[in-house]
Amino acid sequence: MATILVVAEQSNGHLKKATLSALTAAQQVAKNTGANIAGVVIGAGAGQAAQDLAAYGIPVHVVEGAAFEHALAETHSAAAAEVAKKAGAGEVVIAATAYGKDIAPRIAAKLGAGLASDVLAIVGANQFKRAMWAGNAIATVEVTTPMKVVTVRATEFGAAQKGQAAGTVTPAQVSAPQPKTKFVEFNEVKSARPELTEARVVVSGGRGTKGDFKPIEQLADVLNAAVGASRAVVDAGWQPNDLQVGQTGKVVAPQLYVAAGISGAIQHLAGMKGSKTIVAINKDAEAPIFQVADYGLVADLFKALPEMAEAVKKLQ
Amino acid sequence: MKILVTIKRVEDYESKIKVKPDNSWIVTDGVNYRANPFDEIAVEEALRLRDTNMPSEVVVVSVGPAAAAAEIRSGLAMGADRGILVKHDAFVDSDGVARVLKAVIDAEKPDLVLMGKQAVDVDDNVAGQLLAEYLGWGQATFASKKESLESPEEKAKKPGIRLTADKKSAQVAREVDGGLEILEVQLPAIVTVDLRLNVPRYASLPNIMKAKKKPIAEMTPQQLGVDVVPKVKVVKVESPPQRAAGVKVPDVQTLVQKLHSEAKVI
Ligand SMILES: Cc1cc2nc3c(=O)[nH]c(=O)nc-3n(C[C@H](O)[C@H](O)[C@H](O)COP(=O)(O)OP(=O)(O)OC[C@H]3O[C@@H](n4cnc5c(N)ncnc54)[C@H](O)[C@@H]3O)c2cc1C
Ligand SMILES: Nc1ncnc2c1ncn2[C@@H]1O[C@H](COP(=O)(O)O)[C@@H](O)[C@H]1O
Repeated sequence: MATILVVAEQSNGHLKKATLSALTAAQQVAKNTGANIAGVVIGAGAGQAAQDLAAYGIPVHVVEGAAFEHALAETHSAAAAEVAKKAGAGEVVIAATAYGKDIAPRIAAKLGAGLASDVLAIVGANQFKRAMWAGNAIATVEVTTPMKVVTVRATEFGAAQKGQAAGTVTPAQVSAPQPKTKFVEFNEVKSARPELTEARVVVSGGRGTKGDFKPIEQLADVLNAAVGASRAVVDAGWQPNDLQVGQTGKVVAPQLYVAAGISGAIQHLAGMKGSKTIVAINKDAEAPIFQVADYGLVADLFKALPEMAEAVKKLQ
Repeated sequence: MKILVTIKRVEDYESKIKVKPDNSWIVTDGVNYRANPFDEIAVEEALRLRDTNMPSEVVVVSVGPAAAAAEIRSGLAMGADRGILVKHDAFVDSDGVARVLKAVIDAEKPDLVLMGKQAVDVDDNVAGQLLAEYLGWGQATFASKKESLESPEEKAKKPGIRLTADKKSAQVAREVDGGLEILEVQLPAIVTVDLRLNVPRYASLPNIMKAKKKPIAEMTPQQLGVDVVPKVKVVKVESPPQRAAGVKVPDVQTLVQKLHSEAKVI
């Protein structure tokens, strides 16, 4: 029987939550095709993260060692493709994070597979839904090759549930290619806040903040929210690039998304339209953001956000 | 050094995109076309690298219909030296594009290939990585720079991609989840660019005139020996689900109260 291989993402032994969404997508495919699911975890700390993944009831392959320490696309794609071949996989599923987007195409090329990217829904064994033109259209695409690689948008698939019995964890013997790329350094943006793509509440600021994010952060503090930003903010260097929400930034779908001083360009909407409840605070009553907002408030954010923070505190 | 830059002809993001009633594609009548915005950033970076590493050449390549010559011209008007158009009228998927580009690169032998990270029509974000694998090259995706787009470095039009002293490698800052990663990649390599790498220049009128005389070589996938039957076909295109219209609230108190008792999210 064919196998679906889920390529996990981890850092320092910590399994990324997006992987559990990829697992859910794989389970949906398996339901259609009756395939088995296996996982592979690659890199420094993979062994530990593999234990976490195996708790979801699937066998997990581990690729560790100096050659795979850093998440280089060349080495990680080679390892994933080799494990896929050895496991007789007919399909490879990865979350469409920066890591997934970096390595999935190389895995597809190695396997001669067609690649459906940033998938929103599984339609059938070969068909998938995905957004095009900044979310202005939803396409159904068909992968025509026998081998398939699929990257999935984590916000569209819930986290998988733990299995009754844990799966096995086995080290995989794979050859280490000589990469033409060398890791130099990682400038991490440290934040005490919840991770943008995982937070229950996101408070985002746009150019209307003029670079002053204090009111955004104040509200985020009382709501235990992640902070997001529009491209205008990030381009200006007011906030790190990692906070950009949109077509080319992060896609978020929290319970509550508050957009303050954001006009609502289609590219921004592409990253937050899936939120359960959307609040827009903007001075301009005609701003397009109001067209997607469940609750719109025409106001100056410098006045409204502190007031809102106070009012929320009183509720708590 | 020889730098090859890819440019895709895409629908202008300012045009209204509507789905065709028969769900086969989007309505293209009345839609404007332009170079993919990420590719303009790739051209800008190539020009900066060329001008700081003379003698060098920038070649722009597009795969698409005859009309894509216009987007190649726009790259030439920015300052690129010559163009290559691989003509194909029907839809080519990103994998087909990557295999066509491989054939072009095998002939051109550039030292560096700069591409956009994603084409804003298909929003795939895969062609560069596929091409790197087909070529057996290293890759640095989502190239950015440490300095902001309003920094003195940007105003001085410094390249964000830095060649090492021996010019055999390049250091690239990449936008990844959780921060900025720096990689050193051996040349030749594929670099795909993100929005924060630079601010692309406008073409000046004299440069637009000059671009008209720059050469564009034409060929077809068949001549390059590449089969472009898509591995991934688009079978249906639909409008996205619309959100139900919301309400305007008069003040913060009402807003918070509604979020609490109606939406139940706080
Ligand atoms: C290829 C491409 C990709 C892109 N990708 C993204 C993306 O991923 N994410 C993204 O966000 N954008 C993206 N963009 C950019 C997008 O088109 C917009 O330019 C951007 O989202 C605008 O940001 P903004 O809403 O903060 O700024 P603006 O459009 O300038 O809006 C500022 C808003 O603030 C309001 N305002 C001003 N002062 C106040 C105040 N005191 N109180 C309340 N309101 C106030 C104004 O009324 C206005 O509506 C992309 C563009 C392109 C071409
Ligand atoms: N038809 C094409 N012609 C030239 N370049 C292309 C074409 N399609 C994709 N590309 C390049 O590949 C990048 C990524 O595209 P994609 O992976 O299709 O989203 C784009 O930014 C372009 O630089």
